[in-house]
Amino acid sequence: MDFQLTEDQQALKSGVRELLEGRFGGEALRAAVGPGDASGSEVPSLDRNLWRELGDAGFFSLRVPEAQGGVGLALPEAVLAFEEAGRVLLPGPLVATFLAARDVAGAAQGVTVVTAPYGGLVPWLDAADVAQGDVSGAVPLRSVDPLTPLHRVSASTPSSAPSSREGSEGGAEADLLLAAEQLGSAARTCEMAVQYARERTQFGQPIGAFQAVKHLCAQMLVRAEVARVAVYAAAVTGDVLEIAGAKLLADEAAVRNARDCLQVHGGMGFTWEADVHLHLKRAWVRAGLGQSAARAEEELAAAL
Amino acid sequence: MDLTYTQEEESFRAGLREWLARTLPQLPARPDPLDWPGRRAYDMGWQRRLYDAGYAGLHWPVDAGGRGATPTQHLIFLEETEKAGAPYVGANFVGLLHAGPTIASEGTPGQRARWLPPVLRGDEVWCQGFSEPDAGSDLASLRTRAWRDGDDYVVSGSKIWTSHAEVADWCELLVRTTPVSEDVPKHRGITWLAMPMDAPGITVRPLRTLAGSTEFAEMFLDEVRVPVANRVGAENDGWRVTMVTLSYERGTAFVGEVVACRRVLGELAREARKNGRWDDAVLRRRLGRLGAEFGALWRLTQWNVSESQRAGTGVPGIGGSVFKLRYSHARQELYEAAGEVLGAGALDLDHEWTLDRLSSLSYTIAAGTSQIQQNIVAERILGLPKGR
Ligand SMILES: Cc1cc2nc3c(=O)[nH]c(=O)nc-3n(C[C@H](O)[C@H](O)[C@H](O)COP(=O)(O)OP(=O)(O)OC[C@H]3O[C@@H](n4cnc5c(N)ncnc54)[C@H](O)[C@@H]3O)c2cc1C
Repeated sequence: MDFQLTEDQQALKSGVRELLEGRFGGEALRAAVGPGDASGSEVPSLDRNLWRELGDAGFFSLRVPEAQGGVGLALPEAVLAFEEAGRVLLPGPLVATFLAARDVAGAAQGVTVVTAPYGGLVPWLDAADVAQGDVSGAVPLRSVDPLTPLHRVSASTPSSAPSSREGSEGGAEADLLLAAEQLGSAARTCEMAVQYARERTQFGQPIGAFQAVKHLCAQMLVRAEVARVAVYAAAVTGDVLEIAGAKLLADEAAVRNARDCLQVHGGMGFTWEADVHLHLKRAWVRAGLGQSAARAEEELAAAL
Repeated sequence: MDLTYTQEEESFRAGLREWLARTLPQLPARPDPLDWPGRRAYDMGWQRRLYDAGYAGLHWPVDAGGRGATPTQHLIFLEETEKAGAPYVGANFVGLLHAGPTIASEGTPGQRARWLPPVLRGDEVWCQGFSEPDAGSDLASLRTRAWRDGDDYVVSGSKIWTSHAEVADWCELLVRTTPVSEDVPKHRGITWLAMPMDAPGITVRPLRTLAGSTEFAEMFLDEVRVPVANRVGAENDGWRVTMVTLSYERGTAFVGEVVACRRVLGELAREARKNGRWDDAVLRRRLGRLGAEFGALWRLTQWNVSESQRAGTGVPGIGGSVFKLRYSHARQELYEAAGEVLGAGALDLDHEWTLDRLSSLSYTIAAGTSQIQQNIVAERILGLPKGR
């Protein structure tokens, strides 16, 4: 047993990080979000060039077998890539396109954009070329996340019993990839809080020297690390229950870390300029997509 | 990322399981929690069986009398013994989990030969004399003094919360050998001594815990003579030695207990299904959430073990603090949930979960409080400045 990342996995992770930071760093994120004034109810547009570059780099074909032109890697590697995507808040229907890479022509190359309903919500419906699953009667919402347009679909597909979850919206793999993104976001907001706590001074010293701030930061790290091992282990075992637990803990880590990060930033945290709110809003959206906390807890309880 | 065990590890597990199945039925009945001599005899009898079967000091280095097993084998050992319902290390806790490893890593060959074999054989019990009435979280401010007189240190002062002091043969004792001054900050000037508990001048006064038992005691030291030869590490270098001790204490001490908590959670669910509490969706979801929590804590254990195995140190890293922070609270939540499942039954001191619920309250205090652990995580992992 060696539960640490292999050298290849470390290289993959830093490779994806470099690619994403180069192509979708802080500047690009802010440009995509726009000024955020009250009048601006614009729907964001999907950056097709970026999408194709991700396709060229093999992001979507990570799990497609080499014989079919893919990279031929497994679930743990997919999770590492999605963690990085979550770190930079990469926009777009990443999970659905990734899962469609084998079946939908052009998805692997990033030419075809695919979306699907998860948990009664459909992200990026208007921008997608293909919608998998039943999206009839989808109604647009004014999405809380400026980078994730949403539609709501009526819950015509009855919320399925635990045993049939594989076949339900998105399935366990979608939940795991969403959880990986949440993990990336949770780790990132912890870093943002720590960095700010080192720089910002009040009462003649960095606020990070105050224990009340320190303890917020320590708890953020603990949440992120617990989510990390849960997500990584679920990727290794592929176990449906373990994935349910990972989604539960990662949703919580992403949402609560973003809130604590906002608190550490004080008034600055409440501004549009600070990226903290983007992490919080995306964390809410991802928690709303896929398996809910209530469902996960019921499933885990049933197995006790 | 690999969670599978090697052939060798699996055969180690199988051998251990077989031995446990054979041995556990032969154990005597468990002693009353208030009967300390009985508890000592029971715990050391268990240690002796482990020793005879070659399982004592599994993770200790071979030249310290251990088996030099990998951290993974040690993990398997803790997992399997707990699953089988084997006794806990109990009175041998300090000797086996931190005084022993500290001597193994910092002691002279003579000290290792003197003190380690009796710990492994289950002949001698150790206790930990670190905390003092005015030095708990701020351990470095300890005041128990020691001065040289020929080949002895003469020690005076008092210690508190000393677990198992009533039945210990030896005490890992921290003393101040140089007074605090402008030239000597309080972290320097501390020395680590092995004190024989039968030396004249030691008075042990048991303290009753909130659970009604006497898990720990006050110790009064009045000019106790401890040979200079019993000093581990250099004079005034005790703080560094102590850090070695504490990393063991926080790193491996709780591994088996995660397994125990998962077992208790399963029993809680069975009980709730039987007594009708399962129909309460809020309670049911709470138990489900704890399932995710203990699942993740087990994975965190495997993560930390893999990390120390890769580092080749065997010493658990600072990740121990992350684990302890989350685990101590999860354990308390587990027993709060048990209170909900049991209803009035939770108020019955004779129910085994009631005592465990009471003792779980110590988890956020002993071995460094949660507040202190958060300081450690913030300052040493996240690099935030020291301060208030
Ligand atoms: C069951 C049990 C067994 C024990 N066994 C042993 C043993 O065998 N040997 C031994 O030496 N010791 C033992 N201890 C002692 C234990 O290590 C101390 O109780 C612990 O370190 C806390 O010290 P204290 O009790 O003096 O509390 P204090 O240090 O007085 O703390 C009181 C409160 O103040 C908070 N606090 C203190 N300083 C800070 C700070 N800087 N920042 C924020 N909050 C702070 C604490 O978190 C706590 O909430 C045991 C304790 C228990 C409960």
